[in-house]
Amino acid sequence: MEKQQDNILDQVTNSDYKYGFYTDIEMETAPVGLSEDTIKYISKKKNEPEWLLAFRLNAYRYWLTLEEPTWAHLHHPPINYQDIIYYAAPKKKKELQSLDEVDPELLNTFNKLGISLEEQKKLTGVAVDAVIDSVSVKTTFSDTLAKHGIIFCSFSEAVQNHPELVKQYMGSVVPSNDNYFAALNSAVFSDGSFCYIPKGVRCPIELSTYFRINAANTGQFERTLIIADEEAYVSYMEGCTAPMRDENQLHAAIVEIVAMKDAEVKYSTVQNWYPGNKNGEGGIYNFVTKRGICKGNNAKISWTQVETGSAITWKYPSVVLMGDNSIGEFYSVAVTNNYQQADTGTKMIHIGKNTKSTIVSKGISAGFSNNSYRGLVKVIKRAENARNFSQCDSLLLGDKCGAHTYPYIKTGNSSSIVEHEATTSKISDDQLFYCKQRGIDTEKAVGLIVNGYAKEVLQHLPMEFAVEAQKLLSISLEGSVG
Amino acid sequence: MAEKRDLVMDVINATNLVQSFSEVFKQQFENTAEDASPFFQNERKKAFQNFEKYGFPQKNMENWRNTDLSKALSENYTLFTSQPDPKLDIDTIFKCNVPHFETLLLSTLNGWYVSNHGALQTLDNGVVYGSMRAAAKEYAPLVEKYFRTALNDSKEGLIHLNTAMMQDGIFIYVPANVSVDKTFQMVSLINTQENVFLNQRNLIILGENSHLRLAQCDESINNGTTFINSVTEIFMDKSSTLDHYKLQNKDDKTTLINSTYFVQQQGSVLNTNAITLNGALVRNYSNVQLLGSHSEANVYGLYLMDKEQHVDNQVFIHHAVPECQSNELFKGVLDDQASAVFNGHILVARDAQQTNAYQTNRNILLTDKAIIDTKPFLEIYADDVKCSHGATIGQLDAEAMFYIRSRGISEASAKIMLMYAFAAEVLNKISIEELRTRMDDMVKKRLRGELSNCEQCVLNCSNKENKKINFAIDMSKI
Repeated sequence: MEKQQDNILDQVTNSDYKYGFYTDIEMETAPVGLSEDTIKYISKKKNEPEWLLAFRLNAYRYWLTLEEPTWAHLHHPPINYQDIIYYAAPKKKKELQSLDEVDPELLNTFNKLGISLEEQKKLTGVAVDAVIDSVSVKTTFSDTLAKHGIIFCSFSEAVQNHPELVKQYMGSVVPSNDNYFAALNSAVFSDGSFCYIPKGVRCPIELSTYFRINAANTGQFERTLIIADEEAYVSYMEGCTAPMRDENQLHAAIVEIVAMKDAEVKYSTVQNWYPGNKNGEGGIYNFVTKRGICKGNNAKISWTQVETGSAITWKYPSVVLMGDNSIGEFYSVAVTNNYQQADTGTKMIHIGKNTKSTIVSKGISAGFSNNSYRGLVKVIKRAENARNFSQCDSLLLGDKCGAHTYPYIKTGNSSSIVEHEATTSKISDDQLFYCKQRGIDTEKAVGLIVNGYAKEVLQHLPMEFAVEAQKLLSISLEGSVG
Repeated sequence: MAEKRDLVMDVINATNLVQSFSEVFKQQFENTAEDASPFFQNERKKAFQNFEKYGFPQKNMENWRNTDLSKALSENYTLFTSQPDPKLDIDTIFKCNVPHFETLLLSTLNGWYVSNHGALQTLDNGVVYGSMRAAAKEYAPLVEKYFRTALNDSKEGLIHLNTAMMQDGIFIYVPANVSVDKTFQMVSLINTQENVFLNQRNLIILGENSHLRLAQCDESINNGTTFINSVTEIFMDKSSTLDHYKLQNKDDKTTLINSTYFVQQQGSVLNTNAITLNGALVRNYSNVQLLGSHSEANVYGLYLMDKEQHVDNQVFIHHAVPECQSNELFKGVLDDQASAVFNGHILVARDAQQTNAYQTNRNILLTDKAIIDTKPFLEIYADDVKCSHGATIGQLDAEAMFYIRSRGISEASAKIMLMYAFAAEVLNKISIEELRTRMDDMVKKRLRGELSNCEQCVLNCSNKENKKINFAIDMSKI
């Protein structure tokens, strides 16, 4: 049995990353390294207004004064920020009029990823904004959305076409001086997605962004800004992959969500950046700042994430519950294998009265990986009757991995109730025995148990994603027995 | 009473704290004749270098982010760097008043061991107890074998400061196979008009298969501001058992930093319970190292704070080997502007399989000005473990309240009943019956607001004029 389990574990660790191909597309890149000139270069390339350049330079100057944070439970060789290409874009020959003119190599890439930018999406009814390396290459369904007054486009287009919205909201949730990686992103961000749902509109289809790092030695720094005006609703999905490379690549993104009165935003992520090989070489360093603000009363923001990729994940999708009766949710499954390291969790800041938050975090560690949950629940004095429930479970598969929980809870009033519970365990022999006794082999039994364990989170994913996430989970973990 | 002229005192200047300590250290501790043993000189020197390296705790340090010492460290303090009058009769200062509670009393006055029976005593069964400083001379090989080994490579400046500038403290040695029937009671007394900074150091060694019960009382009766930096190292050999109770009833001008290190060998059982009833700033740091399999640590705490008091419980449990168990239960009630911190850290080392570790922190906030910070933290590197933690912050159960009220009990009484029931879970863990009864009473009084500082304290102590004041607790009121 031991032997068999080891074999299965081996199989899992040897299973390939199927998105690890590289597409040969002609690229246009900025010179290696970071300086004010690089930033000016990016800004000029994107034909940006003066104020945005000033925003970038401010962020850059602030970034220079900072040191890379070391508090996370992560170990990696120092990142040489001068050794990164901060801007890489598929070379545009001319303005694209229709999908037919998109580089066929590029379309191939997205077809391989299973994201068709074409008809298939019409069947599934998902609008896609695809970002390759640093630049948004194609947004589908813009016209359908425009009918409802919804703006869904690349960040650069938004800067050109809706500067007043960008100017008003960019940096309002994650200011450029928020943290080291947010400052870096604010200085060099290249593109990303922008989404505005007008008052009273319920977005009829799911919106989706697909991020892909393709070129070597580049960092990807995208920025997403979602604004849901009063009584609006949107469900937003994000997916990401990268080619297999020996060196580590940096990804530092920002996602900002603004939910006005009675608005609801549901943000789902399936993060599958290249995690490195089984010896821990290569892989993406994923340092992401995600935050939403429930600005008006009764607003709701819900984060759901499935984290299976990246050599390093540093990510804390947070909600600032400012409006009265607003709701914040965080559902997360984080899987680490081999030498992956994840330090992820959430922050729920209760400011308004009767605010509620729910945190469900499921960590699964295997191989030599380390998986940490780090969360903050803060209830300030005026947040009367605030309510929080947190549950953070860790599952350990194998005796060389680690699972850690760092929950910070701070409460400053007498009418709030905050509950936190966490458990750490492995798949018990009893559970396995039960399954095997009924003719289910070890591998399937583990898959079954892990899927059951993660179900609480997966059921919050939109259907299109849930299927993908379940597949991902089984690829990462099938047969892993602790 | 010790006369002031008998004491060597050095004033620590708050405006340049580290430098001020450095000067006193050079004059009083480095190369002094008093403990000329090269071992201690060397240890003190090393520790002082470490202190200079790490310095005093700052708000930006992870373990100190919610406890601010800056106010306490902005006072000018006096250090008592020499022994008080050896002829001092301890009975005139202090007499323990717990009924039917016979104890072996170990007391320190302003950080120095005081006794009417000499610096060290030996019982028939071989138990040695008394002054730490005297033991360091008389039992040098034993003390030097254990001293500072529990601290590992602490990055805590205050711990190193204690090692460098320790005055005196309590030493207890229990030989193998000895079960001490009487409870040892450690009492730290502060009696002075000065603002005093204490560095007390205790060392307790339990031999194989021995059993010790220890009650540690921190009381203060001075008018000045006090800063107590106390470090205790406790070594538990195979199959030994220790029941350790801390009672903290400090005044509102005292900063008490209590760091206790437990090193447990195979099959040893530790029960430790910290009950904090009062104190301007109390920090209990418990470091438990489970180094032998099948050892068990039960770490409990109860805190009832009001006004602007602050309590900080830090527990670090290191499961270094397989098949150990740890339980943590900390409960607190916070009133007025009181604040509390709980920081529980369980570390399960690689290969420490079959570990069971449980951690619970429950809090009740009575006002909107009270603040609680809790961080139940698990760090786990082994897979075959059962670890869980939970933290709750809430109020008294409204339904329970209604049930009691509907039976004609006033709101105030109902509240006290529920709060007492909340606290009782921790109190019931006290295994010494007399002590449990007394703690019960004190908690009840505390909940009624009848127990505040030394006026109603368990101790029956003399005041400055050497006049005895008796404050028997009126049992009929309870």
